[in-house]
Amino acid sequence: MATTAAPAGGARSGAGPEWGGFEENIQGGGSAVIDMENMDDTSGSSFEDMGELHQRLREEEVDADAAAAEEEDGEFLGMKGFKGQLSRQVADQMWQAGKRQASRAFSLYANIDILRPYFDVEPAQVRSRLLESMIPIKMVNFPQKIAGELYGPLMLVFTLVAILLHGMKTSDTIIREGTLMGTAIGTCFGYWLGVSSFIYFLAYLCNAQITMLQMLALLGYGLFGHCIVLFITYNIHLHALFYLFWLLVGGLSTLRMVAVLVSRTVGPTQRLLLCGTLAALHMLFLLYLHFAYHKVVEGILDTLEGPNIPPMQRVPRDIPAALPAARLPATVLNATAKAVMVTLQSH
Amino acid sequence: MAKAAESSGEPGTTSPRPLFAGLSDISISQDIPVEGEITIPMRSHIREFDSSTLNESVQNTIMRDLKAVGKKFMHVLYPRKSNTLLRDWDLWGPLILCVTLALMLQRSSVDSEKDGGPQFAEVFVIVWFGAVTITLNSKLLGGNISFFQSLCVLGYCILPLTVAMLVCRLVLLAEQGPINFMVRLFVVIVMFTWSIVASTAFLADSQPPNRKALAIYPVFLFYFVISWMILTFTPQ
Repeated sequence: MATTAAPAGGARSGAGPEWGGFEENIQGGGSAVIDMENMDDTSGSSFEDMGELHQRLREEEVDADAAAAEEEDGEFLGMKGFKGQLSRQVADQMWQAGKRQASRAFSLYANIDILRPYFDVEPAQVRSRLLESMIPIKMVNFPQKIAGELYGPLMLVFTLVAILLHGMKTSDTIIREGTLMGTAIGTCFGYWLGVSSFIYFLAYLCNAQITMLQMLALLGYGLFGHCIVLFITYNIHLHALFYLFWLLVGGLSTLRMVAVLVSRTVGPTQRLLLCGTLAALHMLFLLYLHFAYHKVVEGILDTLEGPNIPPMQRVPRDIPAALPAARLPATVLNATAKAVMVTLQSH
Repeated sequence: MAKAAESSGEPGTTSPRPLFAGLSDISISQDIPVEGEITIPMRSHIREFDSSTLNESVQNTIMRDLKAVGKKFMHVLYPRKSNTLLRDWDLWGPLILCVTLALMLQRSSVDSEKDGGPQFAEVFVIVWFGAVTITLNSKLLGGNISFFQSLCVLGYCILPLTVAMLVCRLVLLAEQGPINFMVRLFVVIVMFTWSIVASTAFLADSQPPNRKALAIYPVFLFYFVISWMILTFTPQ
């Protein structure tokens, strides 16, 4: 009995103080200890032994090894009555260790402080960056600086969502705001994240010097032009005006992004590929938001409520393109007044 | 205790072994039973404290919570620079307001034989995820406000917009027309401004002074979206 007790006791006693020391290490803030214990491919360090002992200890407790434990306890402490309390204490300490590990892992990965440096901006900086996003810079010989922040782009995406909703509501009566809200959020965030990732992938292929964060920031600020164009043209439904703004404002913000990318890419083919793709996607997205998005929305509403509302309320008003310039302002005013009256009547 | 350990260890061996060192360490853990006995009465003592609020009647609990919620409503309706919303935050008020708003915005679909379910869920999701996003944004900008305090403030400041919703529903019972729309527009704009002022009064102090505008802008967008949903609501 002595021989069987000795190794077991030795294992227990060996595990005990080391195990207790393991506890102290956790309290000392040594996260390396925890990581090493949890990793499967630990190198041959003493921590691995402790991890194995810990595991063996856990298994010993989990297995219904009551007799052996009781025997060990009896041998060990000389009093059988302590068995229950010892096992409870052991379970308690293992629970504490597990909880500490879990909270440490949680605070490591769910820590929003990872994003904190990207939100470190001042209002004046945001304002200046918004204005700069409309001004293409001609200097393409050395890489232009891109501010790596996420506050501006995120707020611009949310503003675009709000403008899309506003645009939908000025067109007609809405019944299911919810689906439209989901579509708006999905479209805007999908464009921002999806196109950024795609262009980043192309940039990787074309060997351009740009990081994912910079691409997100660049495209986010490029949406400022979209916001302006949509805000104006959702209120004044005039196709010619929209085309003018599309070329002017959309073109400026696209040129700015293209100039930045060109300054960071080497080689004419790569430049053409990268910048052509970005320009095409950016301009086509604005076109889509103005025209096709309305159709998508109307498609949703048609399937829901049936086309029982006169089409004049639903489609952006079509002003004949072949109109003398002198009569255009009057026509615009008439169209806007009609739009407002129709909206009021529908409420 | 050390003697007991030594006696329970290897009997009959007097030569020093590493095992003794282990045993002496284990003897410290022999404090376990003593610790156990000391902590157990503490636990029951704590349980007695808990039962003092557990034993009171349900009516007392509900009235106490409702009074706290009502007090915070008053703070929102008359926004002063005070800490009440921040100090004892609770999420009952925002929940009541959000559910009321979502129910009222849902009624129209039920009337027109459509399934009103998704609309309720959409309003709910928009309010809560919007509040979470704004909270994360203000924390990332360097604000020293806790997560739930910010959720509490944003939720309570929906109260003016809920009042606007009620007023709009009443106004919509009357004859529809441009005057109807103008009245509702006016009411919604006033309540929207009130919401923003109320939330600014509570949230602005927690931000660094030069970044207040950055933290307030998403609040503006959030209440704008809710106001727009209220304004364009028409019962069919």
